[in-house]
Amino acid sequence: MPDFLLEIGTEEIPARMIQGASQELQKRIEELLAKNSLPHQGIKRSETPRRLALVASGIPATQPDVQEQLTGPATKVAYKDGQPTPAAHAFAKKAGVDISQLQKLTTPKGEYLTASVMNKGKPAAQVLTELLPKEIASIYWPKNMYWRAGKPERFVRPVRWIVAMLDGEVIPLEFAGIKAGIQSRGHRILGPAQVSITSPSKYVETMQGAHVTVASGDREYKIRKALDAATRTVMGARWREDAELLKTVMNLTEWPSAILGSFDKEYLSLPEEVLVTVMRDHQKYFAVEDAAGKLAPHFLAVLNTDGDPDGLIRHGNERVLRARFNDARFFWDTDQKITLEQRVEMLSAVTFQKDLGNYYAKTGRVQKLATDIAMALRKAGLAVRADMVSEAARLSKTDLTTELVKEFTELQGIIGGLYAKVQGIPQSVADAIYDQYKPESTEDSAPRTLEGAVLSIADKADSIAGMFALGLVPSGSKDPFALRRQANGIVKTIVEHKLPLSLSRLMAAAREQYAGSEAEKKFTLRDEAYAEAIRGFFRERLEFYLRDVLGLAYDVVNATLAAGADDVVDAVTRAQAVAKVRPSSDFESISVAFKRMKNILRQAAETNKKVATPFDSAALKDAEEKKLADAVPGVAKKVKELSASRQYELALHEISRLRPPIDAFFDKVMVMVEDENLRAQRLGLLQTLVNEFSNIADFSEIVTEKK
Amino acid sequence: MLQQPYDIEVGAGTMAPETFLRVLGPKPYKVAYVQPSRRPADGRYGDNPNRLYKHMQLQVILKPPPENVQELYLESLAAIGIDLRKHDIKFEEDNWEAPTLAAWGVGWQVMLDGLEITQFTYFQQCGGIDLDPICAELTYGLERIAAFLQDVDSIYDIVWARDPQSGAVVKYRDVRYQDELQMSVSNFEKADVEKTWKHFEIYESESQTLINQFNALLADKNATVDAKQRFPLLAAYELCLKCSHLFNLLDARGAISVTERVGVIARIRQLAVGLAKAYVAQQNLGAEAGKLQKGGAA
Repeated sequence: MPDFLLEIGTEEIPARMIQGASQELQKRIEELLAKNSLPHQGIKRSETPRRLALVASGIPATQPDVQEQLTGPATKVAYKDGQPTPAAHAFAKKAGVDISQLQKLTTPKGEYLTASVMNKGKPAAQVLTELLPKEIASIYWPKNMYWRAGKPERFVRPVRWIVAMLDGEVIPLEFAGIKAGIQSRGHRILGPAQVSITSPSKYVETMQGAHVTVASGDREYKIRKALDAATRTVMGARWREDAELLKTVMNLTEWPSAILGSFDKEYLSLPEEVLVTVMRDHQKYFAVEDAAGKLAPHFLAVLNTDGDPDGLIRHGNERVLRARFNDARFFWDTDQKITLEQRVEMLSAVTFQKDLGNYYAKTGRVQKLATDIAMALRKAGLAVRADMVSEAARLSKTDLTTELVKEFTELQGIIGGLYAKVQGIPQSVADAIYDQYKPESTEDSAPRTLEGAVLSIADKADSIAGMFALGLVPSGSKDPFALRRQANGIVKTIVEHKLPLSLSRLMAAAREQYAGSEAEKKFTLRDEAYAEAIRGFFRERLEFYLRDVLGLAYDVVNATLAAGADDVVDAVTRAQAVAKVRPSSDFESISVAFKRMKNILRQAAETNKKVATPFDSAALKDAEEKKLADAVPGVAKKVKELSASRQYELALHEISRLRPPIDAFFDKVMVMVEDENLRAQRLGLLQTLVNEFSNIADFSEIVTEKK
Repeated sequence: MLQQPYDIEVGAGTMAPETFLRVLGPKPYKVAYVQPSRRPADGRYGDNPNRLYKHMQLQVILKPPPENVQELYLESLAAIGIDLRKHDIKFEEDNWEAPTLAAWGVGWQVMLDGLEITQFTYFQQCGGIDLDPICAELTYGLERIAAFLQDVDSIYDIVWARDPQSGAVVKYRDVRYQDELQMSVSNFEKADVEKTWKHFEIYESESQTLINQFNALLADKNATVDAKQRFPLLAAYELCLKCSHLFNLLDARGAISVTERVGVIARIRQLAVGLAKAYVAQQNLGAEAGKLQKGGAA
C-alpha cells in the first residue's frame, strides 16, 4: 500500500503560528482519510518556517467498493395494477439497476422500493486531488492575506510550491494556482534551490540533504546541542533554559546552529532583568550564567545557517546588542533624574482606560483598597504591614512614566521595584512594587511577600471592578483587558498566601472606590447586576483553578463550588478533601443517596407535598428511619466541629458513617406514602440530611456509576 | 523605475504619493525612491547613536509582487556587497499598520545578523480600500545598512564622502548632526503648540474642502470628464500630509492626550480615506474616457 506525502511550501510563516497550523493540517487530513475509507498505518507531520508537511504511510491505493441500499418511492406509488409506474422507472434509472432487481422493504411508514447498489471505490489519488485543496484552504490563521490579483484565496503568506504524491506518483492537485509536483525547495541560502522528492519515505532524508531539518523535534534537539557546545567554550558557564524562546527559534530556522557572543562587562552594572529582556525579547538570544548562577557577559544566538567561520555573524550580533544596551543605559540614566516620588503627579497624564480615567486616580483607589485589605488581614492575624502596602500602592504605577518602561513595556513593575531600591525606598515597598503584576500566568509564581500579594490583588480587583461596572465583561474569546488572567492571578495569590478573603466583599469594596467619580457616571452594571456578573465570573475562574491548575475532576469541582465559592482558600481545601475521599465506596453510596434524596424532595416540591422541618422523631414509625434520625444529630455536631477547623477530610469520613442507616432507610422505608403526616416527617428527615451535610460539597453533583 | 524623494514632510516612504496613491487601482507599478522620513518623537538631540528624527528610507513598490520577490530582495542585498553565505538572515513576522492612512499589510522584519534592516510588507489595504492587486513594499533603513556595511557603532560615524585625492572624509555627523540637534530642540521645546494646532486645522479644512468639491463635481452630470480629471486631488493629498506631520509634531511636543490622540488620528484618517476613494474614482474616469474614445464612433 502506497505512502502519501503532502508538503505545502510557503514564504516564512510567523513562528507563533507554525505548530498550530501543522497540527490542524494533520487533523484535517486524518479526518479526510477516515471519512473516505482510506485508513493509514501511521502519520507523521513536520514543519518549518517555509513548509507544512505530512507523510501518511500505507494508505490503500483505491477506496473499497461499498454496497449501498437506496430507498425509493412507496410501493403503492411505484406500481399501478401490478405494473411499474414512471416513479419506479425513474428510481431504477437513478440507482442504475434494472427494474426487475428492485426489492421491497416494509417500514413502520409502509412498504417502499429499495435498490442495492455497488459503489466502486475511487483511486486514492483522485479522492485526494478533489478534497485536499479545500482542506488546505480551510487552515485557520490568526491573520492571513491575499496575494494573487483577482483571486479569492487567502493564506498566512503566499504558497509557492506544493509536493503531493502517492509513493512516486504525483497527486495532481491544485491550490492557489500552484500545481503539485515532486519539486521541493532547499534552505534559502544553503540550498539547493530545487530538490526532487522521489518517494514519501525518503522525504525527511532528502530534505536533510537540502539543508532543511523538517522535524521540529529534531531541530530543537540540534539547537540544544549547539547551545551546549557553544557554551562549553566558556569555563563553568551554562545557558539559561528558556522553553518559550527555544520554541521560537526552533520555529524561525530550517537549519539551526548557534554562536556565542560577548558584551562588555561594564553593561553588567545594569539590572539583570533589563539585560535579559533585551537579549530574550528583542534579540531572541539566550542568556549565559556563570557557575554561581550570575549573569555572564555572553549571549547565545541561534542562526538559520550552518555556522560562522569568519566570525562575521558574531561580530554583527555583538554590535546590535551593544547598541541596544547603550539605549537601555541611556534610558536608565535619564530616568534617575526624576524620582518615583516626583512621578506620582505625572500619572494624571497617563490614561488607564478611557472611561475609567488616568493612573493618578487609579493609584488613589488602589492605595485605599490595598490598605483596607491589609488592615482586614491584620485583624485576621496575618503579619502584613499596612503602611508599607499603602506606600507601595502609591508608587506602584509611577514607572509607567519612565523611558525604560516606555521602551520595554514588559518590564513594568519590575523597573519600578528596581528604581525604588536605588532611590532608598524600603525593601518591602520595593519588592511589592516589583511583584505587583505577578502572577502573569498560571505557571508564574504569586508575589513573594504579603505586601506584594495585597497590592497585586487590589490592583487587579480595581481593574476588574471598573471594567465590569462599565459592562466590559469578557465573553467567549473577547477579553481585551485580560480580565480573566487578572482574576486567575487573584485566585492564585489568595491560595498561595492562604488569605482569608471573601471574593464578593473584595469586589464590592473595589467597586466602592469608584463612588462619586467621573467614571461612575458611565457605569452600566449596577448593584445586584454587578454582584451577579462578578460572582459568575469568579466562580468560572475558581473552576479553572481547581480543574486546570490543581487537576481535580469536574464533578468534584462542581460539587464543592455548589456548596460555596466565595472563600477561595476554603473552597480549595474542601475540593481537595472531596477529591481524596471520592474513590471510597462509602462516599459513592452517599452520593447516590443524596441524588435520590434531592430527587424525592424535588418531586415533593413539584407536587406541593408538605415537608416537616424540623421533623418530629416521635412521629416516625419504622426502626430504620428512627435509627437514621437518631444518628443525624451526633454526626452533624461532629461535622460542624471538624469543618470549623477545616478538617474536611475527617468531616467527610464522619458523614460516610451515615451510609449504613441511609442504605437501610432506602431499602426498607417508602417515603411517599399516603399518610400525609408520616410522609411530611419523612420528607423532613431527608431535608434535614441535605441541609446538614451539603456544606462541604453538594454530593448530588458527584457523578456515580449507580443511579 | 526610479523616482526622486517627495518634497513634503512625511513620516514614512509609504506616505509619498508614489506609494499611497499608486498602490490603489489595478494598474501595475514598479518604483523605487529614497524618502527622508521625519518622526519628531524619535529625535534624540543627536545624542543617540541609533536614533534619528529624520532618517532615510529606500522605498520599493512592486505591484503586483513577482513570485520570486523574496529572492529578488535577497539579491538586492548581495548587490550592495553582503555575502549572504557568510551571514545569518531571517524573515520574522512583523505586520505593518498605519492608522492615520487606514492602511495595513502583513510581512516581516528582515533580520541580518540580529539587525533589522528591512521592513517587508504585503500591502492589503490602503486608504480603507482593499488592494487588488496587492503590492510588495520593501523599506530599507539606509543609515542602519550603511553603518552595518561600514561596521561603525554610530550612525554619525558613517563615512558620507571621501575626497579621492586627499582621502579626507566627511562623516554623517558633519552633514546631519546640527539638523538632528536643532530640530529636536524645535520639536520638543520650541514648536508653538497653539499655532501648530491652527496650522493643522487650516490644512485639514483646506484638504476637506477640496475633497468635498471633487465629490460634488463627480456627481455633477453636466461637468465634463476633463474638468473632473484636472481637479487637484494631489494638492488635497499634500494638505493631508501636512496634517499628518503636524500631528506627529504635536505628539512629540506632548500636546495630545491619549484620549485626544484617537480623535485626531480619526480626523487624518478621514482625509486619507476620502482622498483614496476620490483618487480611485478620478482614475476610473480616465479608464472610462479611454473606453469611450476607443469605441467612439459617435
